Amino acid sequence: MPPVKMGEGTIGKGYPDLLIILKSINKKIKHKGMAMENILEQIALCVERGKINRNSPYPPDLRGQDGAEELVQQALAMGISAGRILNEGLMKGMSVIGKKFSCNEVFVPDVLMSARAMNAGMPFLKSAFETGEATHKGVFIIGTVQGDLHDIGKNLVRMMMEGAGWRVIDLGVDTSPDKFLEVLKENPGAVVGMSALLTTTMMNMEKAVKVLKTEVPNVTIVVGGAPLTQEFCNKIGADAYSPDPQGCIEYLDAKFGFMN
Amino acid sequence: MDRIKSKIQKGKILVGDGGWGTLLIKSGMKSGECPEMWNIEHPDVVSSIAAAYKEAGADLISTNSFGGNRIKLKAYGLENEAKRLNRQSAYLTRKAIGEQHHVLASIGPSGKFIIMGDISVDELYESFREQAIALEEGGADACIIETMVDLEETRCAVLAVKENTKLEMIVSLTFMRSNDGGRFNTIMGTTPEMFINEMKQMNVPVFGVNCTLSVEDMSVLLERMYLFEKEVPFLVYPNAGQPQLTDNGILYPESPEVFAKYVPDFIRNGAKIIGGCCGTFPEHIRAIRNEIDRIQ
Repeated sequence: MPPVKMGEGTIGKGYPDLLIILKSINKKIKHKGMAMENILEQIALCVERGKINRNSPYPPDLRGQDGAEELVQQALAMGISAGRILNEGLMKGMSVIGKKFSCNEVFVPDVLMSARAMNAGMPFLKSAFETGEATHKGVFIIGTVQGDLHDIGKNLVRMMMEGAGWRVIDLGVDTSPDKFLEVLKENPGAVVGMSALLTTTMMNMEKAVKVLKTEVPNVTIVVGGAPLTQEFCNKIGADAYSPDPQGCIEYLDAKFGFMN
Repeated sequence: MDRIKSKIQKGKILVGDGGWGTLLIKSGMKSGECPEMWNIEHPDVVSSIAAAYKEAGADLISTNSFGGNRIKLKAYGLENEAKRLNRQSAYLTRKAIGEQHHVLASIGPSGKFIIMGDISVDELYESFREQAIALEEGGADACIIETMVDLEETRCAVLAVKENTKLEMIVSLTFMRSNDGGRFNTIMGTTPEMFINEMKQMNVPVFGVNCTLSVEDMSVLLERMYLFEKEVPFLVYPNAGQPQLTDNGILYPESPEVFAKYVPDFIRNGAKIIGGCCGTFPEHIRAIRNEIDRIQ
């Protein structure tokens, strides 16, 4: 038997190149018949890897391929519901990156890129939120406490909470207890997240928690920030502390019974 | 006066200072105040902190300028005061400690991320340039680019100092320890090895680690760094542990004795400058000084 060299058209002279045929069949399968689960998985992967769109150079190994922006549109065109695209695509990807972040397997830049990829897909699903086809888990009010101007950690939590399906109201930095209270009263049932990075402002967190718990006793308050500990959280009467965004997401999922 | 590097080359272990923020708070600074503004409004307090660290035995005493770059000052509407606040901070420390000690110009991070598109490399460079020049004018002879987490921002600061001043340079990054205890990274993912390689490439003569980690975690980190790099003189400024809420307000738990206990460990792993970060006071520096004097 003559040697068979794949891919060079040598499988018997006069026969069409089998490999080329196989490749073209494969391509057709990939493009037209891509299973729904497959494209949702790809969307999740784009979010996890921070692949925004076809033109974005990051990550280098996915250069030239479709990103979250294109794939979300393709998924809609395939008739997949916005709710599924959100839950099984975008949010799934964010959840993977959130878990990796909490295990210190990935870092801030990775989370930022993932959030960007997610945000690139979100505008196409906007109408689904308006019609009620897709819903938020609830409202999450977040701010850095009074006197504290640090916002890196707070912004990360905001992104991850959005990525986990919450509608986030970001009060920014230097948020007074009254401001938290005012916005909480405008959004009954909302969860409050507070951030502090400074030793001085940790005390302001205690003040803010007291004000909210007095005025709205059943409010759920989650706290975070580099100098914080579980012990501090317990002492100031907040409901939960988490060293990373994922812990906050999981605490609220468990508390309010959201299934993953 | 000899430069820091040459003192180290002669075999000296130098003592740095401790926390400034915690002392300013003790002196009445309220949350929400701009710490650098105290250089103008309470110069006596700022001078007294520098003097207290000198008295405690520090060889290098910082300036009250950690957040003094114009990007950070902008949050207080003080960006146009950057020159004045930095110059004054160096002037106050120099005045308090005299000519025989080193005034270490403190240069902290901008609080913005290049990767987010919040800030450009040019803006960072310009902001650090302005700060470094003012600090040198005010009387600093060295600088510490400290509590950095992003290597790219660190690079901007190093270049800004190098290309515009004669300040002797020290760089210090802030690492966190992974939950499993096995790894150290900055929040941006930089490893100690990446940091060391980058600093050597930029010819930074002295560098090290400060903030976030307790004395014990710092000693593990330093050991790891020393395994990878044995020639460079390291700086180490640990926090006094994680702050705790007590009846007397927020307190950092680690005592001066704990700091003293780890001094031999730090020295064994290449530390040539030992001081403290958040939650450390002149008493911690005194304990480090005594231990070093005992050993040397």
